Amino acid sequence: MITVLYFARLREALGTGQEQLVLPAGVSTLRGLRAHLAQRGEAWAREMAEGRNLRAAVNQTVAAADTPLADGDEVAFFPPVTGG
Amino acid sequence: MSVRVQQQDFDISAEITAMRSGNPKIGAIASFVGVVRDVNDGDSVSTMTLEHYPGMTEKSIAAIIDEARGRWEVLDALVIHRVGTLKPTDQIVLVIVASTHRGDAFAACEFIMDYLKTQAPFWKKEITPQGGRWVDARVTDDKAAERWKT
Repeated sequence: MITVLYFARLREALGTGQEQLVLPAGVSTLRGLRAHLAQRGEAWAREMAEGRNLRAAVNQTVAAADTPLADGDEVAFFPPVTGG
Repeated sequence: MSVRVQQQDFDISAEITAMRSGNPKIGAIASFVGVVRDVNDGDSVSTMTLEHYPGMTEKSIAAIIDEARGRWEVLDALVIHRVGTLKPTDQIVLVIVASTHRGDAFAACEFIMDYLKTQAPFWKKEITPQGGRWVDARVTDDKAAERWKT
């Protein structure tokens, strides 16, 4: 199982902030997970589309699309940050 | 070095006093306070809610402070960032850096703030007369962080 978190505008658009899922067969990277999630339906396809300016983290560290994923990972997707 | 993410307000004077006490090596303290404005992108703002990523927020700010310590002499540093719902005139963020001399204190304080704006996982949602809206990231903030790379 992996934990997937969604924050801010993304959380609202998808209607969920956190879920647990079994790493789907054939998905081994962040890019692969994003593509997998994009197949879930309209909101997911729109928000997870490759052109959308999304950031991601794996185990609470900012991660690039080719970052490998493993069972037990905490993955997060979020819009560019706006703190301070 | 410490990082606090909290709902409650902070007192810059008390924090500086605490940092200074018992450390005679400190010769300079630079600080920055971020405050909620009542207008953004031309619309009046009644309240603002700050969301963050618990765990990663603290880790990412600690990493920014570590990077500042690698570049300048930093005797102590404190970052407090508030979350939850805030209104115009409320304080949002505090950065305090102590060093031997002012140059390092000024530079490290500005660096920490510029990196926090572009790397720490906080998101602002503001309420305007048109309703709620998530604040967009600013190119000027990316540029402010970029200039430290040269």
